[in-house]
Amino acid sequence: MNSQLIPGLGPAPARPDAPVLEVRGLAKAYHGQSVLKSVDFSIRRGQVKAVLGPSGSGKSTMLRLMALLEPADAGRILLDGHELGGLGARGKPKPERALARERQSIGMVFQRFNLFPHLTAARNVALGLTAVKGTHHRDAHDQAMAMLERVGLAHRAGHYPSELSGGQQQRVAIARALVMNPTVLLFDEPTSALDPELVGEVLKVMEDLAEDGMTMIVVTHEVRFARRVADEVTLFDEGVIVEAAAPDEFFDNPHHERTRRFLSHVH
Amino acid sequence: MEFDIGVFLQQLASPDYAKGALLSVGVAVLALVLATAIGFALALGKTSGTRWAQATASAYIWFFRAIPALLVLLIIWNAFPQLFPILRQDWFSPFLAAFVGLGIVEAAFMAEIIRSALLSVDEGQYLAARALGMAPAKVMAKVILPQVVRIALPPTGNEFIGLVKFSSLASVISLQELLTTAQVGVNITFRYAEYYAVAIIYYLAIVTLLTLAQNAVEKKFLWTSRKAPTRPAPAQAEGTATEGAPA
Repeated sequence: MNSQLIPGLGPAPARPDAPVLEVRGLAKAYHGQSVLKSVDFSIRRGQVKAVLGPSGSGKSTMLRLMALLEPADAGRILLDGHELGGLGARGKPKPERALARERQSIGMVFQRFNLFPHLTAARNVALGLTAVKGTHHRDAHDQAMAMLERVGLAHRAGHYPSELSGGQQQRVAIARALVMNPTVLLFDEPTSALDPELVGEVLKVMEDLAEDGMTMIVVTHEVRFARRVADEVTLFDEGVIVEAAAPDEFFDNPHHERTRRFLSHVH
Repeated sequence: MEFDIGVFLQQLASPDYAKGALLSVGVAVLALVLATAIGFALALGKTSGTRWAQATASAYIWFFRAIPALLVLLIIWNAFPQLFPILRQDWFSPFLAAFVGLGIVEAAFMAEIIRSALLSVDEGQYLAARALGMAPAKVMAKVILPQVVRIALPPTGNEFIGLVKFSSLASVISLQELLTTAQVGVNITFRYAEYYAVAIIYYLAIVTLLTLAQNAVEKKFLWTSRKAPTRPAPAQAEGTATEGAPA
């Protein structure tokens, strides 16, 4: 692995302990139904955090708010201390164009891959570079090929998403997010839509990324992955964080009854 | 009176028919371009979250789906020059009036085709494009539109065929298109069968060419890396076979 290709290893922050991405008091309701209730969450550079929880617990919603795909009802999102999203000048919501610029720093991998069906794997990866960063086509293609190489799919570069397996599509989607050189990479249940025998190849790519120092927040049901790869495991339930601890402690010695109950179902 | 094959062949080769056919196709093409442009704006209006944009688009669609195209042509050609003196000049030709009239009527129908195509694009496509940091115009141009075109293409082909035939309405505003050419010949010679038969041949030729063109364009939207099979296969079967195999 060529570590020069690994994004997120930019210059070290002024304070190594300072969180690179932090949310404070994040809240969101849909149709009057509170989904996220004033959540505080943060991650340091190079950390991997796994987020567990039953469906509807708010974990995916937190990811969407962090990725600035939806506005939060309340709370702040800070990237390297700078506020993202939220309100612009004069207290109005920031325009979509301004949000689009801020989103470049945060990569997102979706449960259902969401590859662009009209583009080959290589062009799926290259599109962000050409359409957002204004990279020259040839240069973008080279970078896209390097990223596909990283996820082990250079030989499928000319294929369209409909010709790839689910696992391959998700690896292309990871390459697509990675090529933008995001500060933090968010994964929203990246293996939940996959056939069981295809889960491993995606988790392997994610584990390699973690080893290379990528900052990652992974919403997942893969308990073994969380235990092996994550620096910290967090349990969400009913819109709040129930427990956050190092994997060994979280799985072997959970403090909360809710965590014990959750683990008894997924183990 | 028997079918005179000589008259038929003579007319088939006459430049009058070719010119009439060209006018019909020309009106239909320009009307479709105009209708697609207006229809896209209407579709965006209808799918937008803005009240007034929705209302404006709905009002347009309601109005022009209700009014017969023939009446619109008569209004544009006869009533508008009375109301607006600028339209009394030479540049306001039957050809211009015909494609504009048919275009603004057709826009109401294209709007619905484009709207349903927009709605059928998966929400995840917008999410993925926005998550990459694309500005709204880029999301539309690079990610959504190519998928909309693919979905809207077959019904748009139908609309185009309809427009070629609707162009015959322009005879009422003295545009010498294909059917008018036949009618003029009939009025002089009373050889109905021969002159109408020539018109049939021309309409068949136009729609055949269009169908071939549409098949060629649709092949470009198969989004597969597979090369076309070397053995000759019917185009239709090949298209459905490949389309039926998404992952």
